[in-house]
Amino acid sequence: MGASEIILQGKDLSYRYESSPESDLALDGLNITVKRGELLAVLGHNGSGKSTLAKHFNAILLPTGGAMYVAGMDTSDEDMLYLVRQTVGMVFQNPDNQIVANVVEEDVAFAPENLGVETHEIRKRVDDALKAVGMYEYREHAPHRLSGGQKQRVAIAGVIAMMPECIVLDEPTAMLDPVGRNEVLKTIKKLNSERGITIVLITHHMEEAAICDRVVVMESGRIAADGTPKEVFAKVELMKSIDLAVPQTIELIYRLRKRGLDIPLDALSVEECAEAIMSSLSTVGGGSHVRNY
Amino acid sequence: MSAIIKTENLHHVYGAGTPFERMALNNVNIEIERGEFIGLIGHTGSGKSTLIQHLNGLLKPSHGRVLFNGVDIWENIKRVREIRFKVGLVFQYPEHQLFEDTVYKDIAFGPSNMGFTKSEIDERVREAAEFVGITDEQLSKSPFELSGGQKRRAAIAGVIAMRPEVLILDEPTAGLDPAGREEILSRIRGYHEKLNTTVILVTHSMEEIAKNASRIIVMEDAKVRMTGTAKDIFSHADELESMGLAVPQITQVFLRLRNMGLDVDPSVYTIDQAEREIMEVRRKYDA
Amino acid sequence: MLKDITLGQYFPGTTSIHRMDPRMKLILTTAYIVVLFVAKGILSYMLLLAWLLTTVRLSRIKISVIFRGVRPLLFIISLTALLNMLYTPGRPALEFWILTITYEGIFVAIKMVSRIIMLITGTLLLTYTTSPIVLTDGLEQLLNPLKKLRVPVHELAMMMSIALRFIPTLIEEADKIINAQKARGADFETGSIFKRAKALIPLLVPLFISAFRRADELAIAMECRCYRGGEGRTSLRQLKYSSIDLKAMLFSVIVFTAVIVLRVLGI
Repeated sequence: MGASEIILQGKDLSYRYESSPESDLALDGLNITVKRGELLAVLGHNGSGKSTLAKHFNAILLPTGGAMYVAGMDTSDEDMLYLVRQTVGMVFQNPDNQIVANVVEEDVAFAPENLGVETHEIRKRVDDALKAVGMYEYREHAPHRLSGGQKQRVAIAGVIAMMPECIVLDEPTAMLDPVGRNEVLKTIKKLNSERGITIVLITHHMEEAAICDRVVVMESGRIAADGTPKEVFAKVELMKSIDLAVPQTIELIYRLRKRGLDIPLDALSVEECAEAIMSSLSTVGGGSHVRNY
Repeated sequence: MSAIIKTENLHHVYGAGTPFERMALNNVNIEIERGEFIGLIGHTGSGKSTLIQHLNGLLKPSHGRVLFNGVDIWENIKRVREIRFKVGLVFQYPEHQLFEDTVYKDIAFGPSNMGFTKSEIDERVREAAEFVGITDEQLSKSPFELSGGQKRRAAIAGVIAMRPEVLILDEPTAGLDPAGREEILSRIRGYHEKLNTTVILVTHSMEEIAKNASRIIVMEDAKVRMTGTAKDIFSHADELESMGLAVPQITQVFLRLRNMGLDVDPSVYTIDQAEREIMEVRRKYDA
Repeated sequence: MLKDITLGQYFPGTTSIHRMDPRMKLILTTAYIVVLFVAKGILSYMLLLAWLLTTVRLSRIKISVIFRGVRPLLFIISLTALLNMLYTPGRPALEFWILTITYEGIFVAIKMVSRIIMLITGTLLLTYTTSPIVLTDGLEQLLNPLKKLRVPVHELAMMMSIALRFIPTLIEEADKIINAQKARGADFETGSIFKRAKALIPLLVPLFISAFRRADELAIAMECRCYRGGEGRTSLRQLKYSSIDLKAMLFSVIVFTAVIVLRVLGI
């Protein structure tokens, strides 16, 4: 793996909040590497350190031990601060508290304005970013009249207008209803597949982690599991031991295996799960219990 | 048995006479019996928040009536405030309404508004705290020193302390992690079982509803579209999906199995049921 | 309800008034207010009213919408009218008990009321037809010369625009908290003034805490989007005067000069 393929790299990352006692580390010697173009979920319950890790990815927090590199830049290097922040955009949980302006397109223009981009280039970027998240026709609306999902997509557009290589989303769907959550998830999947933007999705919803290419599970400031969603969710006991649920499909197969059925523990989607159960039943005895039409 | 809560031809119009006029409730007729655990589901804007605010008299019907124990709650305007003590409403993100300097005082806010003596208030506060799992030590802390989940539970205790006959919770698990969600739900379940209080749980999560509610009310477009047991409701998977509501993942698996020709009950909605059902099919075969 | 407040509201549109440069709109509105206080005779008022109605007409803002904006201030307006009627000396028009209303008082009251309503309408028109951000941009540029005197012009403009952005959000939030506390039996409506003030604590404390939380999160979000003050900042909109601005300016200058001339002539 060449160095240029790596966008985020944390080496022995440690972080302690000033208010916490000496021994209480929010990040505890953590190593992580994210490649360009990855669609990665960081899963963990509250207090596992996942938000603290996210804040290291664009220098909101600086490690108290170890080092964090963004596209080869050390985030502790003050001269690189704005370059780091342009490279890695951040989207937060509450869309209301990250929208600055009163009109959608003016909010999207905020970052390029800060960066001193020329007026006609800002216009181009704003239109492009709004089209990328499917909010172009809302460009002249007031943000407070939009739905939660729409607001969050505006927030994502506001980050895209910086033309970042990577977007880190810190529980972007926690405050949304199912419709809004789907809008946001579709948008980030599309940005990843069509524009090749690296996505780091911080979440505690396993359904969201299941749509990513790779899942990193965090527990007490360390990485507890790292792999494809199938690999990670197959570790049912580990997931339960750290208070995380697994998808109902996996849970069912896990229980059936315990009862002696021979089903591989890697069916994540509804289709896969039904197929797996079906084939395990038919291998037992020629499928005579299956109704024929 | 007469209903504890009943609505008759309930209508509500927001912003009547302005360009923003919108009908939020359109002829809603529901009946809720004492001791039921109701799941109220529907997507944003379907009217469920407007409906629950009518049940405790925060909103006044544009047309139609809300009956509590058979009496129109707007019959005597001076007594509407008393209805709020009988029908306790926990709003979304209730921790945002904490304001006292100790958790104890915050939980006591409701009972003191009801005019109880100090010892009565004390009894209610401690009882409510126990139901939601707030310790004595936490009671003397500032609410702002608690964790997110603890704050949420303290806020719920603030409503439980009024000993309402009906407890309504608007998305009590929103924004919490799986452990926090389960903690809240099991506390509510325990409270319901112990006191047999009528509970109305508003949520987006079909899994939460499937696991807890004895009856489900589905709203769409300002109207009640379906009511029935989880089994009844989840057998209408297609209709639910056309309303933008998904049935639980496990129900989807069983619908799929049935379509593939397996002779299973498609209205399975919990993992326990699913496990039993599959083992049953297997036993049938082995025999 | 709280949600009905229209302060700082903007109605998007494409009329010539909407398209005018915000700087010109600010200058003309300021000039209009000054001239309104200079105006004396009925003729002057008629001229300014004509100017105002032409502008309202061109902006396609409905009169009913403007009335909604004036409504919250009706109490103050009526009070002003009443005091003027009672305390202006002159020929009595109406007498009852110890109160006397004079003809002069009625005249002054009418004048005061028209002046206030015309003043409010003029400023409402400015905010209704100009997006707050554009307005702030215009203000920032007009005040730019003050930067040399170390006045933090950009920061002030940013503060104003964020305040405007959060008005609807905070109103909505206050509404929610009021309802939540009412559900616990809070009573905001009855009792003595002292009791009512005390009843506001359950509303004000959560609102303050939420404002702090929002400020904290907003600051981080702004930093993440590379905000570092006004230096080197560009803008989505480049402000440019157009022919509409020239026409508006000429029209207004003629009307305003006429009013001043009438004042000098004492008509």
